[in-house]
Amino acid sequence: MSVTQDQFRRAMLDPAAPVPDGLLDGADRPAGRRFNVYRNNVAVSLTEAMRTGFPVITRLLGQQNMDGLSGLFLRAHPPASPLMMHYGAEFPAFLEGMEQLSHLPYLADVARLELALRRSYHAADAAPLAPEALGAADPEALMQSGLTLVPAAILLRSPWPVHAIWRFNTEPGAPKPTSGAQDVLITRPEFDPIPVLLPPGGADWIAALMDGHSIGDAHTRAQDAAADFDLATTLGLMLQGGALRSLITKKD
Amino acid sequence: MLDTTHDTLPARAGVGYKPQHFSQILDTPGAVRWLEIHAENYMGDGGRPLAQLRHLAERFPISVHGVGLSIGGETRLDPDHLARLKTLVGWLNPASFSEHLAWSTHDSHFFNDLLPLPYTDATLTRVADHIDEVQEVLGRRMLLENPSSYLAFDESTWSEPEFLAEISRRTGCGLLLDVNNVFVSATNLGFSPQGYMDAFALDKVGEIHLGGHDEDTDDHGAPLLIDSHGRAVVDPVWALLDHTLAKSGPKPVLVEWDTDVPDWPVLEAEAQRAARALSLVTA
Repeated sequence: MSVTQDQFRRAMLDPAAPVPDGLLDGADRPAGRRFNVYRNNVAVSLTEAMRTGFPVITRLLGQQNMDGLSGLFLRAHPPASPLMMHYGAEFPAFLEGMEQLSHLPYLADVARLELALRRSYHAADAAPLAPEALGAADPEALMQSGLTLVPAAILLRSPWPVHAIWRFNTEPGAPKPTSGAQDVLITRPEFDPIPVLLPPGGADWIAALMDGHSIGDAHTRAQDAAADFDLATTLGLMLQGGALRSLITKKD
Repeated sequence: MLDTTHDTLPARAGVGYKPQHFSQILDTPGAVRWLEIHAENYMGDGGRPLAQLRHLAERFPISVHGVGLSIGGETRLDPDHLARLKTLVGWLNPASFSEHLAWSTHDSHFFNDLLPLPYTDATLTRVADHIDEVQEVLGRRMLLENPSSYLAFDESTWSEPEFLAEISRRTGCGLLLDVNNVFVSATNLGFSPQGYMDAFALDKVGEIHLGGHDEDTDDHGAPLLIDSHGRAVVDPVWALLDHTLAKSGPKPVLVEWDTDVPDWPVLEAEAQRAARALSLVTA
């Protein structure tokens, strides 16, 4: 009696499935609950990976609910690679699809924020642009130049107060979140990613830069989105967080 | 490639590296003379993990231990994962690379556990082919580790020590002997751990592992040990280490502690105990 890896896998992912024939204990009796060691190892290790990867979601839902949800998630989306640092990429969409969580519509974006923090943590190193490089440039030429971001800088826009929710659940004494949209830029000054709350128009300006627009064009777009957009504030946050990589000067 | 001079693991004590111990390892390494990392945790593009590894590799020989290659898988090795390993090993130039006699991926789904194999001629051919491929791609000899067993396959025709010796003979790979795994498997399947060691190709062993296990029972009330790496190594496993080292001579000995990771002094004390066991052995 041989047991294929496909049979093993099916039985392992379904606690109600019978243990495949041909698996024995040391005395040639059916393996029985010994098989559960593998079921448990897989479930526990992936559940723990989810708990570690989404600490704020775990806090918001409570560990028991989170573990139950992880059990459903890991069956629907087993890891597609051995790199557990990337596990859970489908979790935000999974949360959005959960009928019973529809009263917590912000959860998916909080999960996106946690994923982005993890991505930033493992992103490639890059020397950030020195503020002097901007100061030295001719102001008119500067407005026609582009800016690129370091790989660890990640922009996240949300109709929910994701930054406030994240802070409230990670920082002792942080203010209680109030409603409203929030845009976040994740920066990684050295090794620890920080979600930075962007002022009005800031995300529009950064998104335009990321799309390849010049500083000036991006400015116009940001002002269209938010009349009170202040370039100096957003630029200062980015320089401070080491989020800018290089200045792309326009070649005439 | 990093410019390190550690081309082999010393026959001394090492520990599995945990990031929370980073500063203390550098400040007060104690008995610890080398470190092991899990390859998959260092396959990001940058940031703290790789920066820490660069520091550690300057001071210590590093063993890269893969947990995700699925060498025993029925389907071909994942070329992307093999390429990532090549990148890591090529950059780090570690003192050793090892993987498990197990499978963990099926239909592109990774189960994050080391799953068991039947010891048949067909498995042997497949595993040997996969090891040939790994050694070819990495351009180095690898070590293959014996698993912890919770059950046996009716279809198996080889004993585990003979199976591993034959893989080593066919591929030229070395073996990683996990003494705790032997103790766990021997208890779970009712064989003599000393007999296992006596049948093992100890001359092919390039590294020894030790770790803690949990205790459970099966349907018949028989002890079922679980390889959890979540507590101290138990006395019978230390005794089995002594038995093994007396036959094998000194080997690099690693203490693994992966869950409920203790403070550094506790882990370092385990390394000290491994160092004492090694000090009693003559080359």
